[in-house]
Amino acid sequence: MSGLVVTRLNVSHGAIHALHDISFSVEPGQLAAVIGSNGAGKTTLLRTLSGLKDSSSGTAQWEGREMLGVKPEDLVRRGISHVSEGKSVIPELTVKENLVLGGIWRANKAETQESIEQVVELFPRLGERMSQSADTLSGGERQMLAIGRALVSRPKLLLLDEPSLGLAPLVIEQIFDTINTFRTKMGLTVVLVEQNAMSALEIADIGVIINLGRVVATGNASELINDPALRAAYLGY
Amino acid sequence: MQKVIETLLIGLTTGSIYALMSLAIVLVWRSTRVVNFAQAGQAMLATYVGFEIASRSGVFWLAVLFAIVAGALVGAGVDYFFMRVLFKHANSGPAAVVAPVIATLGLLGLIRSFVGLTWGGEFKTIESPVSTDGYTVGSTTLPFSPLNTLIIVTVSIILIALAILFQRTNLGLALRASAYAPEIAKLAGIRTARTRTIGWAIAGGVGAVAGMLNTANNFLTPYSLDLLLVFGFIAAVVGGLESMVGAVVGALVLGIGLTIILNYVGTSLVFIGGFAVLILVLLIKPDGIMAKGKGRRA
Repeated sequence: MSGLVVTRLNVSHGAIHALHDISFSVEPGQLAAVIGSNGAGKTTLLRTLSGLKDSSSGTAQWEGREMLGVKPEDLVRRGISHVSEGKSVIPELTVKENLVLGGIWRANKAETQESIEQVVELFPRLGERMSQSADTLSGGERQMLAIGRALVSRPKLLLLDEPSLGLAPLVIEQIFDTINTFRTKMGLTVVLVEQNAMSALEIADIGVIINLGRVVATGNASELINDPALRAAYLGY
Repeated sequence: MQKVIETLLIGLTTGSIYALMSLAIVLVWRSTRVVNFAQAGQAMLATYVGFEIASRSGVFWLAVLFAIVAGALVGAGVDYFFMRVLFKHANSGPAAVVAPVIATLGLLGLIRSFVGLTWGGEFKTIESPVSTDGYTVGSTTLPFSPLNTLIIVTVSIILIALAILFQRTNLGLALRASAYAPEIAKLAGIRTARTRTIGWAIAGGVGAVAGMLNTANNFLTPYSLDLLLVFGFIAAVVGGLESMVGAVVGALVLGIGLTIILNYVGTSLVFIGGFAVLILVLLIKPDGIMAKGKGRRA
């Protein structure tokens, strides 16, 4: 099958075995929410998938081709974009420059310009602040800019690391709404890593619950939400 | 009044050569977090290449062109063959911080020995393309010469070209992004290692121009650019090490400041003056004179 298929992925931080035999798959166009508490290994999982971290064994394939061992800058060219944890924008650059960055690997500047216009349509607030330095943005706006930059590269697979981190509840709701809107509109496959289990599962097709580096449950997102045992043990509500 | 203007103009000339060296140091520091002491050696080697071309062709600007190419190649080579290997093998602990800096010192010695063996230690000169005699106003001859004018104009053109490169082109954006946030740059698809090597090449080319302009005004030996490195480094620190604008402003301030000491206090105090500026800035404003307050963090 195509889409994203992760099979028996193991990752270590030195002597610490961070991820054990992680397996899950995401069909094209689906949104998978990877849920788990702090230190569960969610960020490590995304960093490994996007080439920032080496794996010790296992495979991860996107559209039938291996992703592990490929550099992040090459994965971008294969349509895989990673928005790393913590509003990953470059504060020293302007909003516009941060967006242009998303398409900088392309030879075709006109295509980047077109993508930027689409992103601005999605996040009009960014459009009003194009020439401002990214440093002046609020937390929510920065997260929009980080996601916007990734979208400028026109990814097919988007890896999102905790977009809700440090944001006010109202802003979180906005961000999740937007993610849901554009992923449907663009037909994107999304892996969304979140501590905010409820909000993430609400917009997800499938859920992958991770605890201490192991997958403890996978399945239909709506079923996971309603599983009382899981709710009590891992989802925390 | 005339002396004041002269002092300012001479200071501006000296400062603009410092500015190039200071920029070279800042460019490398921003992209690699290494204070590159070999910058003086790289510039010197490139200037010797320029000297060869100048003495064969007699065309100063052709020599500058060759020096720039040589400087860029040496700069790229240092990053590619030394820094990449070092970062691979010494990538954690104290070694990661110290090794590259020590390596640049070693490299400086290595280049100096190579130049000494190839060209010998005697004074070489590169003939200035314009007169080095001061302008004459009425019956007085000023210390400010056509060469000084040329130096200021050349440096201004280079600064404008660099500003356009960094602010208006995708390469410039890639260079800035890789310097500020290498990980985000990679995730955006920038080949950061290659971009860094280009940064070293630009620094090498800029340093080569500093070497050529310094030599046209002076002479060339394996040690003749050492002072330029010291003052370029001080200017970079005064400007905050991170900022290219700061590097230029720091260099101009230093150039004018040192010329004031030279003209009004005494030759013997110039060197001490440079270090006094460095220490004062480090004590009062360690982030450099261009440092801004931190922006919004929320």
